Amino acid sequence: MSFLIDSSIMITSQILFFGFGWLFFMRQLFKDYEIRQYVVQVIFSVTFAFSCTMFELIIFEILGVLNSSSRYFHWKMNLCVILLILVFMVPFYIGYFIVSNIRLLHKQRLLFSCLLWLTFMYFFWKLGDPFPILSPKHGILSIEQLISRVGVIGVTLMALLSGFGAVNCPYTYMSYFLRNVTDTDILALERRLLQTMDMIISKKKRMAMARRTMFQKGEVHNKPSGFWGMIKSVTTSASGSEKLSRQLFLETADLYATKERIEYSKTFKGKYFNFLGYFFSIYCVWKIFMATINIVFDRVGKTDPVTRGIEITVNYLGIQFDVKFWSQHISFILVGIIIVTSIRGLLITLTKFFYAISSSKSSNVIVLLLAQIMGMYFVSSVLLIRMSMPLEYRTIITEVLGELQFNFYHRWFDVIFLVSALSSILFLYLAHKQAPEKQMAP
Amino acid sequence: MASLDRVKVLVLGDSGVGKSSLVHLLCQNQVLGNPSWTVGCSVDVRVHDYKEGTPEEKTYYIELWDVGGSVGSASSVKSTRAVFYNSVNGIIFVHDLTNKKSSQNLRRWSLEALNRDLVPTGVLVTNGDYDQEQFADNQIPLLVIGTKLDQIHETKRHEVLTRTAFLAEDFNPEEINLDCTNPRYLAAGSSNAVKLSRFFDKIPGFPDRKRFGAGTLKSLHYD
Repeated sequence: MSFLIDSSIMITSQILFFGFGWLFFMRQLFKDYEIRQYVVQVIFSVTFAFSCTMFELIIFEILGVLNSSSRYFHWKMNLCVILLILVFMVPFYIGYFIVSNIRLLHKQRLLFSCLLWLTFMYFFWKLGDPFPILSPKHGILSIEQLISRVGVIGVTLMALLSGFGAVNCPYTYMSYFLRNVTDTDILALERRLLQTMDMIISKKKRMAMARRTMFQKGEVHNKPSGFWGMIKSVTTSASGSEKLSRQLFLETADLYATKERIEYSKTFKGKYFNFLGYFFSIYCVWKIFMATINIVFDRVGKTDPVTRGIEITVNYLGIQFDVKFWSQHISFILVGIIIVTSIRGLLITLTKFFYAISSSKSSNVIVLLLAQIMGMYFVSSVLLIRMSMPLEYRTIITEVLGELQFNFYHRWFDVIFLVSALSSILFLYLAHKQAPEKQMAP
Repeated sequence: MASLDRVKVLVLGDSGVGKSSLVHLLCQNQVLGNPSWTVGCSVDVRVHDYKEGTPEEKTYYIELWDVGGSVGSASSVKSTRAVFYNSVNGIIFVHDLTNKKSSQNLRRWSLEALNRDLVPTGVLVTNGDYDQEQFADNQIPLLVIGTKLDQIHETKRHEVLTRTAFLAEDFNPEEINLDCTNPRYLAAGSSNAVKLSRFFDKIPGFPDRKRFGAGTLKSLHYD
């Protein structure tokens, strides 16, 4: 009986998450496009719904809601469904939509998408070889095999995003890095842009006139005559000016953006973010430091922050309180915050990414790729979140996911995080250096 | 404000509707082979016969400024784009017949482009609402072009072609629907070509303008 009640609660929450994913897709992602293939929207919302359900089950685990055996059952079921989606459905549909875009292969779409899917599976399987992620006693098609590989990809993604975010966040918030931009700079650049456009126009006028005169004289097929050679040379120099005009446009947009940021930093909100930026930079440095220590000394933290925090308060500060009660609530809050911020952060990043690179032809493929990334990201968050929870709550993850080498994932996360953070620092440094030099050029 | 020296027509519309293909077709009478994303603004020049077929026929250059980007761009990109909207003589709005949202966004495009010239009154419409009275004394001729006609199935054509009716109340623009990969839509003598000519002829002040051919023969020998 209680199993039925629990299941209905789970299903209701899943429907809610599905609805949220549906709305997000419609309102945010596909704001500027018409939705013609509803299957894409369904897949995206389903992936989102099942990923959120996993997090929900972790929270239920901490709070002790629902029956323990029904929780276990739903965990298993959820995991199977998500793996099915991430390994079978989404890659197949990605292949299908890619093939649909290519006109040549239109007739045998299904065949080619199956071929693409098989290629994907081959590489996906090969991915597991260089990593020491499994003990050899598992069968071929078990959950552990699939999850371990999904985990590797997801953890890599998480660490890359995390590393870049940790460095980029203080860089964006702090006004120390803002270049000084005046109105005269912008006006000068705009003038140059318009002058370049005028140059392009005069060249195009010559080309147009030459074309028209040739057309009127009926000399359309005359190869390297005087006119034709003239057009060719004018064309090449026009394209050089066009490149220059594009570059000037981008630089002007950059200057406008910097000017807006300078004005924003003078407001109250801007000052608040600037202050936060200093905090985050310290946090970022600390994280890089800890990652290095972990790698160098081959250390994986044994206790989670909650228990350690409680230990410190109880032992060193001498404050006595009900450990069990508080540990439950604090873990709930901590894990809840981690989950919410990572979901929100990922959705925002995905939206920005989608706006930047999608076009009307490729929007379906890109959104499915994003659904795949989202699914893998959330699955690996579950793997890593285990570290932040006290021992008694970790059991269910360990039970359901089997004997994965969790320590390996943490080590892998640290390595990729370090690499990503250091390369972001290098990249931002170079970009920052290069910009003022461009402005000085006449 | 030497606006008599040039005829400047903006080509506006959402990303990916086919503005670059359209401009290429209009200016070079050829289909664009490898369309790619427009960054900033690309310009091309069309030779136009004013009052074609009459004794007063004269030939002019018309500059078509194809401004890239989307309505929802960052405000820094919008400010940069605004530099292209100065002293405009005509506007061509382009939308994609297979994408409903691109025709809905034309409203916002018109706000962005036409508001520029009305700003000197000091009153800025900041909430993006559509105020019909602002455009009552708009002198700039407008044209609406719908692209990708070949991708619309015959049965759905009627429904799709009435989408831009809302613009007719405020602007009364001309409308053309075509496929940019097929030059026959703009073949000489077709109704589309006539509408196009009529639109360009509406641009005020032609007889006073510097003509095509006047003073340009010399420049052939430079480079």
